[in-house]
Amino acid sequence: MSFSQIAFILLMVLSIYFAVKQFSFIIRNIKLGKAETISGDETTRWKNVILVALGQKKMFKRVIPAVLHAFIYVAFLFTQIEVIEIVIDGLFGVHRFFAPYLGILYTMIIGSIEILSVLAFIGTVAFLVRRNIIKVPRLHKPEMSGWPTADANIILGLEILLLIGIFTMNGADVMLQKMDPVHYPSTGFLPVSSIMGPIFLEGFGKNMLVFLERSGWWLHFLVVLGFLYYIPRSKHLHIFFAFPNVYFSPARSRGEMENMPAIMNEVKSMMGLTPEAEAPDMDAELPEFGAKDVFDLSWKSIMDAYTCTECGRCTSVCPANITGKKLSPRKVLMDIRDRVDEVGRNIDSGSGKYLSESDRKAGVALTADNYDDGKNLFDYITREELHACTTCNACVEACPVMIDPLKPIMDLRRYEILTESAGPSDWLPMFTSIENSGAVWQIPDEREKWAKDFAETD
Amino acid sequence: MGFKIYTMAEMAASNEEPEVLFWVGCAGSFDARAQKVTAAFSKVLHHAGIKFAILGNEESCTGDPARRAGNEFVFQMSALQNIEVLNMYNVKKIVTACPHCFNTLQNEYPALGGNYEVLHHTQLIQQLIEEGRLTIEGGGFQGQKITYHDSCYLGRVNDEYEAPRSILEKIDSGLVEMDRAKQRGLCCGAGGAQMFKEDEPGDKRINIERVDEALATGASTIAVNCPFCLTMMSDGVKAKEKQEDVMVLDISEMIVQSNKW
Repeated sequence: MSFSQIAFILLMVLSIYFAVKQFSFIIRNIKLGKAETISGDETTRWKNVILVALGQKKMFKRVIPAVLHAFIYVAFLFTQIEVIEIVIDGLFGVHRFFAPYLGILYTMIIGSIEILSVLAFIGTVAFLVRRNIIKVPRLHKPEMSGWPTADANIILGLEILLLIGIFTMNGADVMLQKMDPVHYPSTGFLPVSSIMGPIFLEGFGKNMLVFLERSGWWLHFLVVLGFLYYIPRSKHLHIFFAFPNVYFSPARSRGEMENMPAIMNEVKSMMGLTPEAEAPDMDAELPEFGAKDVFDLSWKSIMDAYTCTECGRCTSVCPANITGKKLSPRKVLMDIRDRVDEVGRNIDSGSGKYLSESDRKAGVALTADNYDDGKNLFDYITREELHACTTCNACVEACPVMIDPLKPIMDLRRYEILTESAGPSDWLPMFTSIENSGAVWQIPDEREKWAKDFAETD
Repeated sequence: MGFKIYTMAEMAASNEEPEVLFWVGCAGSFDARAQKVTAAFSKVLHHAGIKFAILGNEESCTGDPARRAGNEFVFQMSALQNIEVLNMYNVKKIVTACPHCFNTLQNEYPALGGNYEVLHHTQLIQQLIEEGRLTIEGGGFQGQKITYHDSCYLGRVNDEYEAPRSILEKIDSGLVEMDRAKQRGLCCGAGGAQMFKEDEPGDKRINIERVDEALATGASTIAVNCPFCLTMMSDGVKAKEKQEDVMVLDISEMIVQSNKW
């Protein structure tokens, strides 16, 4: 076994180890959320996976970024074939393993990947320009300053490196095929490398070409491993999570807020609508309602947060955000992710710091159930943001991967009103009025007075 | 000319059943401007020969603003009480001129035990036109530019974009769409119980943002389908001092004007 094979295997095992570790961390974090059964029939949800996730249907509401994104997306999917070959070559110390077996089909596959890679290059450069030079407004909201923007540029930079790797590798290979056909099986005519290779590499010695070919190959491979390590730590996780996230998006009416059976039954019993025997125990302490931290959110909302790639389509259509209010649906998702990451790390630390004083004294072990760091989601998402939402569903409609930013906003509002008895004081008269007189306004007239007046008009 | 509007109680007393229950809603019952829409839609039903009734004093708020503010207790109290009344009268079919009532009755009451066929008034009007029970004379708005504001709860939430537009076509007006229309329609700013509180700090009111867009179409009428949009858009037009040139009208009012009822 050669040194490069050993290095290859070692690097691969290491990055897979770190990726698996990070993915387990994320999946455990998603499970910190409340259990919730996903409603809606399976057929609709699979249809969404095909149309929305695989088919990018919602992306095409904005054609230019959709086309640029499609270049990168399709190139990414196809390049996986090449990655499989790289893994085989790397493990067994062979070169272009598929070439002799696939013949013309190989030429077609690698040729297509080359064309797609050129398109992906155009897409990546255009995205860098949109983000850093044209400065598309939705990519420059306050929540994007610092790390989120760096994160985006790192990914785009890695993509450029990957493409440089592919073309260096193929270009040098095409030249080597002429010099040493025994070791370099023919790939057939490649639309980019067979033309660009001779232009750039004509007259290079064999050793130099071998060095270039190997450098390109290793660069390609190292960037793939880099992605494997980096993506689950970055906003770029959507490339994996878009699919399950769309599948798990409930296929029910957008107009229905999740019912709260505990409150419904309580009210029914107050109104005497439940038979005596079934009435809930009125003396029992009511649980906390709504969400104050990630533990109270649906697991799907946490998955939403990990799926978000911070494109900001939601924020750019939010009426509150458009008119200068603090609310940004994207920020709500980013905050949930930051908070659940923090909670997850702290739980993993096992430190007694994150126990309540009484638990610490009792010497119990730290778990998700007794976690208490004195903070919650309201330390991330301000009430001002929550109060600005008009529930217009524009954010829900806009998201290309079916994230529902409205649900956590409503869950937090519910906590504020039901558990804390807080919230905007302007709402109190409306609540009291509905409770006392069945109307949103306190008006002395009878509800049907208009009808009597109407009967008398001429 | 006005006419007698029957309540469910009155109908039940004389052993009669209406074809449809007209759910008036809080705005339609109490807000002076929305009352005109209630009257207009009553006339439309009357002229189409629909036997309808209202709940009158037995109707309560559907609970929508309470639920969306986060107050599930108040929502449940109001909703369960309404469902008691609706089920007592054995109501099958409901029509309402408020998309918030429409949404809550249709999508949220089933989980609480209230199952009805619910229509927004623009949907019923479209049906009546198709069935030939209602004719729109046209001409009332001839040569005028009209723009249509999609309410969130009829449009984006319940996917109804065509019924109101098909009526506007019959009214013989030149419909000019705003840039943000249909799925991309911009909220008027009232939803999510915003109607009942001051705005959070910002640069601009949402209704002004939307009215600016509507005025930019050059339309002389802004057609709406929701009493809260009606308030928001009218306030916006007033703030822009355009109330002399631009009308904000519910679609049922436009029918009444067109047909000179």
